Amino acid sequence: MEPPDDKTVRFQINGRSHEGTRGESLLAAIRRHGYEVPSLCYHEAVSPYGACRLCLVEVKRGRRQKLTTSCNYPLQEGIEVFLDTDRVVRHRRTILQLLLAMAPEAEELRSLAAEYGVEDTPFVTDEEHADNACILCGLCNRVCNEVVGAHAIAFAGRGLHKRMESPYDDVAEACIGCGACVFVCPTSCIGIEETEQMRRILKWHRDLPMQKCAACGRPFAPTFQIMHFADKIGVERSHFDRCPDCR
Amino acid sequence: MDDAKLNVILDRHDRDPSALLAILMDIQKEENYLPREDLGRVSERIGVPMSRIYSLATFFSAFSLKPRGKHICTVCMGTACHVRGAPKLVEQIGRDFDVKAGETTADMKLTLETVNCVGACALGPLVILDGEYHGNITPTKLERVMKNLKKEQG
Repeated sequence: MEPPDDKTVRFQINGRSHEGTRGESLLAAIRRHGYEVPSLCYHEAVSPYGACRLCLVEVKRGRRQKLTTSCNYPLQEGIEVFLDTDRVVRHRRTILQLLLAMAPEAEELRSLAAEYGVEDTPFVTDEEHADNACILCGLCNRVCNEVVGAHAIAFAGRGLHKRMESPYDDVAEACIGCGACVFVCPTSCIGIEETEQMRRILKWHRDLPMQKCAACGRPFAPTFQIMHFADKIGVERSHFDRCPDCR
Repeated sequence: MDDAKLNVILDRHDRDPSALLAILMDIQKEENYLPREDLGRVSERIGVPMSRIYSLATFFSAFSLKPRGKHICTVCMGTACHVRGAPKLVEQIGRDFDVKAGETTADMKLTLETVNCVGACALGPLVILDGEYHGNITPTKLERVMKNLKKEQG
């Protein structure tokens, strides 16, 4: 084994010793070592946000042992992590009930809740937004900002009225229609439709015409998206005249 | 807002994206609300995405995205004011001026707003009319405060 440099830290998961990098996401370290911790709002490609609260673990540091979200906990030397204590499981159940109250119909959430024996929620469900399964995890927003760089959407309002939407809940002019938000959304609440001519991102009211491949004639991506990517990586637009298969 | 005026505001803050909040406040001071078209130009000129501006503008209750009336009446609905009858005051103003909380009268004379505590709980219930604070408000006192406005409306 290589000698540990100052970036390498030793810590324990459920009483077993492991190594990781100082400051990395505790959740990422836990998963890398093969343990399972549920989460909805975490994605390794973007910064952690700690919104869904499901990645809760107990961390013992010195004499103090506390509950914390692991996704945004920076890994430190000598901490002891406990993944499935009674306390963790009890709180996770409550969190699942709260999330179910926000999105009672979301399949992904229901099946995760079922794993914890949670079938129903004692909390008041939001009747007004019953058709909207958004749990305000902000993952779509972070992907749009940090990975795509389109900055098309953001949280609006605050408290009970907080929601994820395009400016003025109108057509998201900055949306390039890449569909990354649709891909990462943990409750599949954004919605995408695609025809030969058009790709629609339903929640952001964005309709974008599709680019057809100059060689095979197959539509492969929205024209607007291709322009965005060509500018971003600094290649000629003509590079994208053909689909990836014909290029 | 005309272009020159907007540029003056932007230049006052060095077109600094981190001064966005101050820029929005200046625009609202001039226009009484935040016009969508103005926000679009701010976005372009200081390089802040529209989504971020919209997010800020909807977060703070001090900002309005809709045109507001000539006069702005704010009723404190914080806990202390609330238990001392603030909802009744909102009702009274609503009835007298035919306006709902968060909305503006049809003649654009008055906007009725509610806020959750202005930090003067000892004076509750509290009504703020065009920046002037009126404490320990009763229905009769409220009528007196709003008298001039009522006259203006005719």
